[in-house]
Amino acid sequence: MELANIEKLVEKYLNAETTLQEERTLKNYFIGGNVAKHLQEYAYLFNYFAIVKEETFTKTIHLPTEKLKKKQVKWWAVAASIALLFSLVIGKQQYDKNLQRKELQKVYAQVSKGLKLLSTNLKKGEQAIATLYTYEDSVHKTLK
Amino acid sequence: MNQSDFLKVVLPFKDKVFRLAKRLLVSTEEAEDATQELFFKLWKSKEKIGGYKNVEAFAMTMTKNYCYDRLKSKQASNLTLVHSNYKEKETSLEKKLEYRDSANQVHVLIESLPEQQKIIIQLRDIEQYDFEEICKMVAMKPTAVRVALSRARKTIREELIKTHDYGVS
Repeated sequence: MELANIEKLVEKYLNAETTLQEERTLKNYFIGGNVAKHLQEYAYLFNYFAIVKEETFTKTIHLPTEKLKKKQVKWWAVAASIALLFSLVIGKQQYDKNLQRKELQKVYAQVSKGLKLLSTNLKKGEQAIATLYTYEDSVHKTLK
Repeated sequence: MNQSDFLKVVLPFKDKVFRLAKRLLVSTEEAEDATQELFFKLWKSKEKIGGYKNVEAFAMTMTKNYCYDRLKSKQASNLTLVHSNYKEKETSLEKKLEYRDSANQVHVLIESLPEQQKIIIQLRDIEQYDFEEICKMVAMKPTAVRVALSRARKTIREELIKTHDYGVS
């Protein structure tokens, strides 16, 4: 590329009127090394552009872990609410059972008290009958 | 769209996203974090991607906006102090020694450009996007893009000549 042409392109470049194709021409000229002295500053510029474009993003992009975390949080919430529900249901059942047992104990105590009363009264009756029998025996003896 | 499909669409321009982020946020680590964050955002809005004709341009716009936000929140907190330190350093001997390295010199010059010109230089001179795409990415009219680009190129060139002359004498 002849110098006059490069000078023209440089002028256009400064005014931001060059096309990408023309800028590629400039880049090739200035990176080539054989640069006219009065255009030296452009060599710095275009070399810098080329160097900087080499830089790459070397880390890996993490997507799945974050995604999973969000999902996991959701599932944990579901699991926790189910557990809560279960414990409420079971707790209520257990409470009811306990209440029932207490009621039963009360009833049992009353019944056993009643039965005891009954049995003591029955014993009294038995004794009475026993004395009756002895009466009857002595009556029989005297009649004989 | 599953993950491998998504990566197929997205991976070809990951370096461009990273380089733009680095241009704006300066530090490599922050640029890496930003890139990671951006691809995660893209993944979340992957349903929308199907509707966008040019995913790459969309991603570059997102990158630009994201980095602007980061810079703003940084400035709001404590970076103003750091920034003034940096300015002071620029005129120091250390910086002048650094200037000897021509690539570094260009880098510092681009650094000191206004944000908008920085982005446009990055998109045009480094990534070689055509004007139509750049207009979409930065949401500017073609003439405005050309004016900004021309201004940036002229500024860099003038500064280069200036420092080079100092170097010679």
